[in-house]
Amino acid sequence: MRTPPLIACHECDLLQREVALAPGATARCPRCAAVLYRNTPDGLDRTLAYTLGAAALFVVANSFPIVGLDAQGIRSSTTLWGTVQALRHDDMTSVAALVFITTILMPAVNIGALLYMLLPLKLGRVPRGLPAVFRLVDAVRPWGMVEVFMLGTLVALTKLAALASVVLGIALWSFAALMFLVAAAAASFDSRALWARVEALR
Amino acid sequence: MSAVTAADAGILACHACGLVHQPSGAAHDLACARCGARLHFRKPDSLARTWALLIASYVLIVPANLLPVMETGSLFGSEKDTILSGIIFLWTSGSWPLAVIVFIASIAVPFSKLLALTYLLVSVQRRSTFAPRERTRLYRVLEIVGRWSMIDIYVAAILTALVQFGGLMSIKAGPGAIAFGAVVVLTMFAAEAFDPRLIWDQKEAKHG
Repeated sequence: MRTPPLIACHECDLLQREVALAPGATARCPRCAAVLYRNTPDGLDRTLAYTLGAAALFVVANSFPIVGLDAQGIRSSTTLWGTVQALRHDDMTSVAALVFITTILMPAVNIGALLYMLLPLKLGRVPRGLPAVFRLVDAVRPWGMVEVFMLGTLVALTKLAALASVVLGIALWSFAALMFLVAAAAASFDSRALWARVEALR
Repeated sequence: MSAVTAADAGILACHACGLVHQPSGAAHDLACARCGARLHFRKPDSLARTWALLIASYVLIVPANLLPVMETGSLFGSEKDTILSGIIFLWTSGSWPLAVIVFIASIAVPFSKLLALTYLLVSVQRRSTFAPRERTRLYRVLEIVGRWSMIDIYVAAILTALVQFGGLMSIKAGPGAIAFGAVVVLTMFAAEAFDPRLIWDQKEAKHG
């Protein structure tokens, strides 16, 4: 048997040999306790399934109103894009851009890039430009903030409940579910399995 | 304990995909053979970049907390809310669990993130060998919690979009929101620019 490959801890740079893991187990750095890698059974298939679900929910979450207000007969409601527009209308372009990037653009890029890599790999071929797309996923991950937006919506609703009756939209529920699917996709994504699959196909 | 780091052995690990490389000689501008990311022993100019982003955040956190993040106009005049007065409103109107959440996300997290990053930078520059494991954990935590400070931005965004009842009542985001958003983004970039491996390099004091 050949010697197991070397790996370096990404947080303290300790050089070590890879060890085989039982399914579901996690390897941690012995020096700084950073998570080195996991052995997620069917990791790629799970990520693909979560991401497909997330893509469908993302469309719903962006197509329908998130919340509505009913104040003595005057109604108003907003979609996510509507909040971006409202901020821009008030000359808050930078804040509008921040909201757009963190709640619409980055989650969309994340979901799209994962599907672009995982669907062809599932069907047995390596998509073009896979390395660049892989790096893209790595770069956009911290900037998708669906779960933070969810909590922000909750706080906003609490403030509004005092002055009008609040109507919860379909998109709000979609967002809540999307939050879990995006997190599950990120947690199950196994980059080592991805590269092993690419190697096997080449 | 004689731990060997990859840098000691002349080995570079790709920060994106983790593949290790052993370059021959003093090669520059290396790219990962597998995913194409640029390879570095340590993040380039980590301390200088983190300091620059951190100082900018210190400057901006002042207007972020003093300027109104939300302006409410109604029949009874207009009212300007800073982050803190928004929290006090939540507290006095009875939703104290949310007041606590917003206080942690909007005040406790940004300030402690700035202080923690400052501490990490100073300790690395003073070649401290104190508690590297704990300092690495501190870094890990501040990398994760920073994003939650965005809550106030989203609250302002939703209220701005929903509460538009003309002269009756309307809400718009205030200039504080711009400064606050900038603080969140800058501190996220600052955390990303900091290289936790520098904490461990001091053990041997070789790469200083």
